[in-house]
Amino acid sequence: MTATAPPVLDEPAVGAYDRPGPTQQPRPRRRPIAAFSAWVRAGGVATLVMFLPLLLTFGYFAWWPILKSLILAFQSTDLINEPTWVGLRNFERVLADPLLWTAAGNTVWFAVLALLIGFPLPILMAMVMAELRRTRQISSVLVYLPVIIPPVVSVLLWKQFYDPSASGLFNTVLGWFGLGPVGWLQDPALAMPSIVIQATWATAGTATIIYLAALMSIQAELYDAAEVDGASILQRTWHVTLPQLRSVILLMLLLQIIGTMQVFTDPFVMTGGGPENRTVTLLMLVYNYAFLSGDFGKATALSLLLALVLSVVSAIYLRLTRKWSES
Amino acid sequence: MTSVTTTVRAITRRPREQDESEERSNISALDRSRRTVRVTTRILTVLLIVGLVVVAFGPLLWLFKAALSTSQDILKYPFEWWPSGIQWQNLPDAWSQIRIGQYLLNTVWMAAGCWFFGLLVALTGGYGIAILRPKYAKAVNAAVLATLFIPGVVSLISLYVTILDVPLIGVNLVNTFWAVWLPTAASAFNVLLVARFFDRLPRDVFEAARIDGAGVFRVFWSIVLPMSRPVIGVVSLLTIVGSWKEFLWPLLVLPSPDLQPLSVGLYRISDTAPTSLLMAGMFISVIIPIGLFLLFQRQFLRSAGQAGAIKG
Repeated sequence: MTATAPPVLDEPAVGAYDRPGPTQQPRPRRRPIAAFSAWVRAGGVATLVMFLPLLLTFGYFAWWPILKSLILAFQSTDLINEPTWVGLRNFERVLADPLLWTAAGNTVWFAVLALLIGFPLPILMAMVMAELRRTRQISSVLVYLPVIIPPVVSVLLWKQFYDPSASGLFNTVLGWFGLGPVGWLQDPALAMPSIVIQATWATAGTATIIYLAALMSIQAELYDAAEVDGASILQRTWHVTLPQLRSVILLMLLLQIIGTMQVFTDPFVMTGGGPENRTVTLLMLVYNYAFLSGDFGKATALSLLLALVLSVVSAIYLRLTRKWSES
Repeated sequence: MTSVTTTVRAITRRPREQDESEERSNISALDRSRRTVRVTTRILTVLLIVGLVVVAFGPLLWLFKAALSTSQDILKYPFEWWPSGIQWQNLPDAWSQIRIGQYLLNTVWMAAGCWFFGLLVALTGGYGIAILRPKYAKAVNAAVLATLFIPGVVSLISLYVTILDVPLIGVNLVNTFWAVWLPTAASAFNVLLVARFFDRLPRDVFEAARIDGAGVFRVFWSIVLPMSRPVIGVVSLLTIVGSWKEFLWPLLVLPSPDLQPLSVGLYRISDTAPTSLLMAGMFISVIIPIGLFLLFQRQFLRSAGQAGAIKG
């Protein structure tokens, strides 16, 4: 939550281009105008021009919005009438919304299911892929293929697979075993797991490729030494591979939690929040507050609350895992 | 703080190490000489490849089948190859009737702008932070890094409010591509990636050029840019595929159907368009990213690690 203000632009710059050359004497103190013209001659303006694209885009579209959300959260604004300061009222109204706790529960449920279904799978796949020789490239391409597909296309495709009629794709497969038909997205209990399976399909490739790269950079000497000591393949997996992967696994776990807690596109396109609000997520609630009710203050308050929770969770997680890896 | 910087460093270093450590993984040549190990690994390999073909490639193959089927065939016979014959007509129909051609053009235009501005900001910013290093470079670097640690949800609403009325200039960017191009260009990850890459270039080259009288722009254009081809490639792939996948942001800032990219257009028509045309449209929209991926698979897989760390 460290919102950093844009750096002051008119501060004179001294950089690589106006450092005195080896033959020059150290510059004596001069009057401001002389110092300024020296700065200009040494390329200070050109350096600043080089920074302009970054300063302008970040100033307008990264740093300012962060500050702006700290303002918006304490205002009542519908973007038409003049905003008024309302103190903590927006936060009170968010916390009083009964749908908030439904959405929070759904979001956590999504994150937990995504961990159970989607977290171990990439590690296991990467471990097998690391042992491949001729087929490693083709399996990497296959595993990464779903990641390339735009999320909306992936969701709409799976929505078709989850067709609740008996002739739907998954229901046809179930029918081969004499099961179903199942309502999938229309079944309140199954809707969220169905979305998680699609989301896992769409994203597992990224994690697999990251783990594979980490596996390939484990030093061969470690395996050699363990083998000489008589460790079996499974023992080597447990005592060499997993400890070597630990920092990557811990980081991926945190990134996945932060990512899944902000899930939007998959439930929004797949179910729109239904059935019975069972797939409404926190970010969908932010969207609804702002773009359906026009209540931008309330929407910002909720997004700040979510960000605050995520920051606290990450801070605790990083502290705990650091302690754990030291011991 | 340190975890992400070390990740960035580890990721940018990774490709080289990957090429060197081809010697061995967990299972050694000695293990492979044992029959049980050979059989088990063979079985696991076959399971993995078959599983991947079915799970990862299967849905795409099905999309291809559906794109050339009648709506009736898609809904009634999910596992039969074109019982009513191949409907080539679906593709031109989707192109014109549900305006996939227009959406595709919008997507290309959107991606091109995101690519151009993303590269512009990342290269000039990285050059400033890592090579020019004026006094304020440290502050800029810290401020860019800080945005990596703030969850994206914080600025969703306030960014939209900013786009409605850009401070000081007072323009409304809604329904212009600028509303997508400029915010995506402010990518801390790309800037830091380029800055780390420039950090490792030999500084003597720039010093020599400076002594020879080359100015700030000249060094950038004639020395830095030609040396940064690998990082330009990575940033290009990340920004192009990233903007192709973008959904929520264009949905908010491009309400006009004439400007919407494929992802937003497909979502909007998904409930009303005939299933066959929707599938044909979806198929058209995946051809370009998949073609790019197959063409540049090594570069993609190499930068995949970098894409993973953006989420933080």
